Amino acid sequence: MTQLGFWIALIATVVFAGCARTPWNDPYPASDRAANILYTAFQERPKHLDPAVSYSSNEVILTGQIYEPPLQYSYLARPYRLEPLTAERVPRPHYLDRQGRPLPSDAPDAQVAYSVYYIHIKPGIRYQPHPAFARDAAGHFLYQHLTPAQLARIHRLSDFPETGTKELTAADYVYEIKRLASPTLDSPILGLMSQHIVGLAQYAKRLAAAYARAPHAFLDLRRYPLTGAKTIDRYTYRIELYGKYPQFKYWLAMPFFAPVPWAVDHFYAQPGMANRNLTLDWFPVGTGPYMLTVNDPNRRMVLVRNPNFHWETYPIQGAPGDAKAGLLKDAGRRLPFVDKVVFSLEKEQIPYWNKFLQGYYDASGIGPDNFDQAIRVGANGEAGLTPAMRKRGIRLQKSVQTSIMYMGFNMLDPVVGGYSQRARDLRQAISIAINYEAYIAIFLNGRGIPAQGPIPPGIFGHVSGPQGIDPYVYDWADGRAQRKPIAEARRLLAEAGYPGGRDAKTGKPLLLYLDTVATGPSDAARLDWLRAQFRKLDIQLVVRATDYNRFQDKMRKGHDQIFEWGWNADYPDPENFLFLLYGPNREVGKNGENAANYENPEYDRLFEAMRDMDDTPARQAIIDRMVRIAQRDAPWVWGFYPVQYTLYHSWYHNAKLNLMANNTLKYLRIDPRARERARDRWNRPRIWPLGVLAGLLVAGILPVAVSYRRKERRVARPSEREGQA
Amino acid sequence: MSAYILRRILYAIPILIGVNLLTFTLFFVVNSPDDMARAHLGTKYVTPAMIQAWKREHGYDKPLLYNSSAPGLGRVTDTIFFTQSVDMFAFRFGRSDDGRDIGRDIRARMGPSLEIQLPVFVIGLATNITFALLTVFFRATYLDLAGTVLSVALMSISGLFYIIAGQYLFAIVLRLVPISGYAGGVESFKFVALPVAIGVVAGVGSGTRWYRTLFLEESGKDYVRTARAKGLSEAQVLFRHVLRNGMIPILTGAVVVIPTLFMGSLIMESFFGIPGLGSYTIDAIQSQDFGIVRAMVFLGSVLYIVGLLLTDLSYTLFDPRVRF
Repeated sequence: MTQLGFWIALIATVVFAGCARTPWNDPYPASDRAANILYTAFQERPKHLDPAVSYSSNEVILTGQIYEPPLQYSYLARPYRLEPLTAERVPRPHYLDRQGRPLPSDAPDAQVAYSVYYIHIKPGIRYQPHPAFARDAAGHFLYQHLTPAQLARIHRLSDFPETGTKELTAADYVYEIKRLASPTLDSPILGLMSQHIVGLAQYAKRLAAAYARAPHAFLDLRRYPLTGAKTIDRYTYRIELYGKYPQFKYWLAMPFFAPVPWAVDHFYAQPGMANRNLTLDWFPVGTGPYMLTVNDPNRRMVLVRNPNFHWETYPIQGAPGDAKAGLLKDAGRRLPFVDKVVFSLEKEQIPYWNKFLQGYYDASGIGPDNFDQAIRVGANGEAGLTPAMRKRGIRLQKSVQTSIMYMGFNMLDPVVGGYSQRARDLRQAISIAINYEAYIAIFLNGRGIPAQGPIPPGIFGHVSGPQGIDPYVYDWADGRAQRKPIAEARRLLAEAGYPGGRDAKTGKPLLLYLDTVATGPSDAARLDWLRAQFRKLDIQLVVRATDYNRFQDKMRKGHDQIFEWGWNADYPDPENFLFLLYGPNREVGKNGENAANYENPEYDRLFEAMRDMDDTPARQAIIDRMVRIAQRDAPWVWGFYPVQYTLYHSWYHNAKLNLMANNTLKYLRIDPRARERARDRWNRPRIWPLGVLAGLLVAGILPVAVSYRRKERRVARPSEREGQA
Repeated sequence: MSAYILRRILYAIPILIGVNLLTFTLFFVVNSPDDMARAHLGTKYVTPAMIQAWKREHGYDKPLLYNSSAPGLGRVTDTIFFTQSVDMFAFRFGRSDDGRDIGRDIRARMGPSLEIQLPVFVIGLATNITFALLTVFFRATYLDLAGTVLSVALMSISGLFYIIAGQYLFAIVLRLVPISGYAGGVESFKFVALPVAIGVVAGVGSGTRWYRTLFLEESGKDYVRTARAKGLSEAQVLFRHVLRNGMIPILTGAVVVIPTLFMGSLIMESFFGIPGLGSYTIDAIQSQDFGIVRAMVFLGSVLYIVGLLLTDLSYTLFDPRVRF
């Protein structure tokens, strides 16, 4: 081809491609266009996918689709409700006394020595295809005794030519409970579960001793019985707990209690597998609707429909308003709807947001930088989508999270801590002064609700309206909670012994210290705002910003004074929030989650009475009393309950935020054709600026070329003096 | 030559031990093994027993540098520093805190890093040298002045701005390439084209200025005047004589970075979603994964030493006076 021919071909290709309807900026393979694939992203690579270890939200979004614990949360029902997943029914505890004799279900707590749960699982459920289950014609495992020669050919899981499956049995669930105590796994709930599951603490010690004796040998947990978890028959197992622990049922909906067959554990434990990064921590094996086929946490992770997934259908009943919102259109249809889910690594917010706008992600949150582009707050204060978003058919969903962000006082601190009226007055004054309504408006774009107590909306025990306000901080006026005037805070401060922000005895200004991990430049404005809140009372706030490790160290030792902290619900029970103020759960000395080290005997007594109760009016009455005590003592400035805004494209169906469930991908449906049309419409390449750019380049090069030629052809001429000579 | 290379390799050993010791000290000044355990185990329901178990399992239950309770040589060898360092000299990097084989991860991530860094290096070097020679060619003219102003302007802009502006213009406004992502094989072109272009443009200003200075110095020497006196064209003088004689300082700057191209670019990889070694290092620092941090620092040191050695050896190719 001549040079001219090459350039003509190149220009023709560019022009043709420019006219083609296929977007150039499509980050996905052309073969996946119009496929039934859901596209989403992860910001931080998951560390663990082993169900005994994984706990973070970016991990359970994957493990939740693969592993099936016995229970799950109803997708549509509100308030949150447990329902069977692989279990036949939601188990109810049987109570036993110290001698192992049965007790009635209403037996007093003091008599109940053990709670026993019998869990019956549905027969016929099968695992995803996996080489760990592969057998030859004689029924022997193919890959449970790998030789070095076999392993030499293996670099990834797909290098195993054969796969197999097996039926889910009760033994698989028991095996996983035992794995929680494995010395090689470091399960984050071992400490907590050791307090509840009978014999688990001793079991962990026994396994640790066995591991120390033979650190490189496979620890076959079938050889080590556990008192608190036993197989009864092929489809039934029993879990035995110390005393009453009604919240245990919620744990049965988490991947920690999902099944792991010994064959899988043994398969991955073979020598040489870990060196190839082939571990259960990276390649989970479950019975769920999806299986992980690509695990490249540096780039993307892919879930594909599990061909062996059991029969499960979309819910036929929902909460009020769900039918009107179109959430029951797929009622009774078989799950899952989507064939494949692609998770792409997206560390930065800018690419993520723009890919969402280009149609390459199906849903997105809203970052602070994009808020104004996406949301317009109306005259009535109601947030809605901007016209640009509505034009694209994007929908907005808002949901109050089952979380609380608060500012805590260290109750062991001699200045802000303690239980005297003087100390209470000081804390209440600060609670009034810190205007969280303004905070939410300024720093959260309105995405929050000022908290009145420790229990967020959506959790039993939360009371809204005039009955639910903190009467020490708010008044109910004009149909809403109104923060008490700053004069009231000043009065309380004076009564606390600090009139005008000075110690009445010494005359020294009151200096308080906030310990925080907010060290970034973006935190400066927020911390300035906080200082300004304290200045309203003429209190000087000193911010002690530190890294997370040092911060935690201070908290553990009780060297903090005021701190910022938060809590996200593990399960929808008030116990999971009220225990944050339970004395025996304090951080200093007990290493618990009560970061304020709050200790009120009456509160603790009520907590112990409340935690084992069903959600009855009597329980509500106790919770109300506990919240009132906490409001009076004010160990926290209650802060706010975050509100989550999520955007969905028009082709994304059945979206309903469920803050408790982590196996929700199976309910989602997309319309890939509509997505393809939108992507084509939104992403037509603009190539004419390239022509302009080329023109500019030519215009820039031309004078250079002319000057170059002129300079090269210039003839050296003798000077006039030389000529005369 | 062989004796020289061997001597340089032997020199490298104490340097690497020193780098390793420095990394170790700096890391553990900021993080204690307890901090690492807590970072790994999360914030909820963590007990002291779990922290001890994690440290024992990952080999962080020993003293840092000196074990006074161990007998004999064990005082030195039965420490975190020794057990975590000795294998690295055999390029066995061990496991990350999440259990993955670090060596395998590094090998997997080198490719994507190279796909960006190698073209940026080669195209950037060629572009910078060409622009520098052109500005020398047009020295003391308006074109030289314009080139200098443009170079200074390009140098003055933050690298992050190039990335964000490049993504905005080419991926969002013109929709010519994906804004981020990565694919292997031929597909990778559309993902790496923009980061490579940005990498080249971001380096043009400083590169041109640097090479222009070198070439200007060379162009004032006697042999250049002789070449001109022989009647050679200015292009021949510059591209044949000045460039060749200016190679020693160019090599000093260029060859040393060749091995370190494997290490990737921290910001670029993060913004473009390139799964290279740059983002690997950043992630490890953020998650307090000492295993990866020390492996990357060690590898970086080794590659830098190799780069310096290659630089010295490359002098012999361009300067016959240099012999080892």
